[in-house]
Amino acid sequence: MEPRRDPRGALVRPYAVTRGRTEPLQNIALEAVLSCTATQCAEARFAGHDKYRIATVCEGRAQSLAEIAAYTRMPLGVTRVLVADLVAEGLLTLHTAAPATGFAARMNLLGRVLSGLREL
Amino acid sequence: MDFANYDPAGANRSREIISAKIVIAGGFGVGKTTLVGAISEIQPLTTEALMTAAGVGIDDPSKVPGKETTTVAMDFGRITMADDLILYLFGTPGQTRFWFMWDEIIRGAVGAAVLVDTRRITDAFAPLDYFENRNLPYVVALNRFDGAPEYEPGEVREALAIPADVPLVMCDARQRDSVKQVLVTVVEHAMLRLQAEHGFAAPVG
Ligand SMILES: Nc1nc2c(ncn2[C@@H]2O[C@H](COP(=O)(O)OP(=O)(O)OP(=O)(O)O)[C@@H](O)[C@H]2O)c(=O)[nH]1
Ligand SMILES: [Mg+2]
Repeated sequence: MEPRRDPRGALVRPYAVTRGRTEPLQNIALEAVLSCTATQCAEARFAGHDKYRIATVCEGRAQSLAEIAAYTRMPLGVTRVLVADLVAEGLLTLHTAAPATGFAARMNLLGRVLSGLREL
Repeated sequence: MDFANYDPAGANRSREIISAKIVIAGGFGVGKTTLVGAISEIQPLTTEALMTAAGVGIDDPSKVPGKETTTVAMDFGRITMADDLILYLFGTPGQTRFWFMWDEIIRGAVGAAVLVDTRRITDAFAPLDYFENRNLPYVVALNRFDGAPEYEPGEVREALAIPADVPLVMCDARQRDSVKQVLVTVVEHAMLRLQAEHGFAAPVG
């Protein structure tokens, strides 16, 4: 794809893969994990090259937004736009990042992380 | 087979996976990547964000017309604790001018460890100030490099004006057990803070 000239300058070029869109449909956390089934991954084949690459990274193993960006070597902002699109299209499943509110839920999470660490 | 749980569509259904993160902060070259690598199940990965050379704004070119751009790298590791629980460790970018990125990294975190290199203690002022002004539980970890002056933790606490309720631990970022202890301290501190916020008395001591 030929990067179009844009008065906004060099930063636009990485966004060619999102056709210039810079706002994600939802602001996915760095550590939020995404996964996809074999069926979803097969369907993502028709969603375009970059989206398909993302789906293959998440097939069978949940990966965070940060991991997807690292493995695909795409900048974080670009990755976030594409991942949010895939979620909206039903081709990726978004899992919840740590519950930020609610005393009991938060304590339970911290307790699980603590025992997970102690067991290492 | 337990038919109550039998799910013929199970192959297409995925269980909810919870992810949590702990932030490893500190100035340039204090051992952040080393610490993450000592405990992560994967080689620390790097992801890059785009921002203006001035370190303001991020990733959104519409807000920064015509500005020179630069990339900020952050690295991170992963510990899969259970089928449904993953802990990520995120290192902050070494250049402390990228505060904007720090804000994104700490959002929703369990807590943070601020690494301090005892040979360059004053480098820790900026990162510590940052956390003093955020509502995130943090601990200070003194990463004692070979040949570094042997400060007592109390001396360091005083020199850096670290509040009494902030735990201070010694560590060796290369040693898995030492890193594990730092992370345990972060989570324990976060639990105490959370309990205190909800009216449970903090233990005396
Ligand atoms: N002796 C000793 N060396 C260490 C320790 N931790 C890190 N190092 C060394 O210090 C150097 C810098 O460590 P890094 O982990 O890259 O530091 P960093 O904080 O990630 O650096 P930036 O990302 O560039 O800010 C490396 O050569 C490490 O091997 C430690 O606890 N003891
Ligand atoms: Mg580093």
